[in-house]
Amino acid sequence: MSTPLAAQPVLRLQKLTRVHGSGATEVHALRGIDLDVHPGELVAVMGPSGSGKSTLLTIAGGLDSPTSGQVVVEGTDITTAGAKELAALRRRSIGYVFQDYNLIPALTAAENVALPRELDGTSARKARGEALAALEEMGLGHLADRFPDEMSGGQQQRVAIARALVGDRRLVLADEPTGALDSETGESVLALLRTRCDAGAAGVLVTHEPRFAAWADRVVFLRDGAIVDQTVRSEADSLLTGRVAEA
Amino acid sequence: MSIRHGLLALLEHGPRYGSQLRTEFESRTGSTWPLNVGQVYTTLGRLERDGLVSQGGADGAGHPLYAITDAGRAELRTWFERPVDRSSPARDELAIKLAMAVGAPGVDIREVIQAQRRHTVKAMQDYTRLKAQALTALEDGGPRERDDVAWLLVLEQLIFQTEAEARWLDHCESRLIRLSATAPAAPATAHPAAPATASEPGAGAGVRRGPGAGVGAGDGGGGSGGAAGGGAEGRGR
Ligand SMILES: Nc1ncnc2c1ncn2[C@@H]1O[C@H](COP(=O)(O)OP(=O)(O)O)[C@@H](O)[C@H]1O
Ligand SMILES: [Mg+2]
Repeated sequence: MSTPLAAQPVLRLQKLTRVHGSGATEVHALRGIDLDVHPGELVAVMGPSGSGKSTLLTIAGGLDSPTSGQVVVEGTDITTAGAKELAALRRRSIGYVFQDYNLIPALTAAENVALPRELDGTSARKARGEALAALEEMGLGHLADRFPDEMSGGQQQRVAIARALVGDRRLVLADEPTGALDSETGESVLALLRTRCDAGAAGVLVTHEPRFAAWADRVVFLRDGAIVDQTVRSEADSLLTGRVAEA
Repeated sequence: MSIRHGLLALLEHGPRYGSQLRTEFESRTGSTWPLNVGQVYTTLGRLERDGLVSQGGADGAGHPLYAITDAGRAELRTWFERPVDRSSPARDELAIKLAMAVGAPGVDIREVIQAQRRHTVKAMQDYTRLKAQALTALEDGGPRERDDVAWLLVLEQLIFQTEAEARWLDHCESRLIRLSATAPAAPATAHPAAPATASEPGAGAGVRRGPGAGVGAGDGGGGSGGAAGGGAEGRGR
């Protein structure tokens, strides 16, 4: 890439469309999405149910293919990448958090978190060390050896988030990650995502909760598969000037 | 506005002079409601007239000091005990605007809603960033912990308030979509541009139905949002 790294988006979606089904049952889930997410940036996607938020996120993560358009992750167009290259990129660069946590029931919390690292060739010892550190960061160190069915929904979701963040992923994609959480736990999840992005990761957060979207640098509004509006980043001192000047 | 009670509460910690009260009021509330010194002295004058504070002495620099009286303490207690009145709601410009936008000619109510939503969410982003700062300050255990806690509470109030507004806007939009979708005048089929979402009344495309269909509200069209409002009207609640 000739562009300097900081200027290059971690995720670039270009003219993205996705049609589900065909003929009478055809659904235009995405209608020409353009979106760049840069290092250090957390973008929230809001929109009514059925507006295409989950479709956008699964395509951005290479879990579904667009009908047309490009998905570029760290300079690689994943719509044309080979299966092996795509699999490696998914494991190494992209972290996902889903509405349902998708933990493997037969593995402990630490094993679940370590799994993507081990699949990526990290030694079992090192992967476990990283997993424990990620769990610690979520305040879940004490649950490392529990199985999913021995944890509450909120705990499982935080384990899933630790799994998405382990090993320095560059792109974190989260689809309603706060869905099952009480408001304080949800908030701690957002604070953590925010911290990761401040440290240089790019994040996309799908949520219908304005209070969680407000942690983002930019909020994109989706309607009928198209971006209809977005907030632009401003300095905080546009509001409450006195305090900010003092802070 | 209870500048009166705010000042009494600060004076309960001991005698203070005017600009000191102003500074303390602002650091408690993060300059959310800025005061000028004139307001502070006017309010102190009234409090003195009502026997709730008394002037006496001066500090080393010659600033006249005010102190809370027993009557002032009693008034303060009553203020803390009495709930803030919510039975006569303050005029809310946004509520009035949306009420007027229903069926207003040439007004796309969905555009009005979206423009406000963007602004409101943006304000929430700003408040949230300030809140993250306040939380960090608290974790670092600064010397002004009481002020930091107070500031955090005020910020969170602003966040909850804007959140309520954003949720209400979402609700208005889906309410209008639902009403226009079920309005008797609305054709049974969706606009051709959005065929597949027709079976989903909750989906955004639904608003394209109705008398003014043909211009997507989200595409900056002037007519269809008005149609959504018209649909609500046509239904004759
Ligand atoms: N696998 C699928 N097959 C057919 N239609 C789908 C499929 N997935 C999603 N859709 C449709 O695509 C549209 C967007 O869905 P989705 O991305 O899940 O929206 P959101 O996450 O915003 O609720 C909806 O109309 C939905 O019904
Ligand atoms: Mg979804």
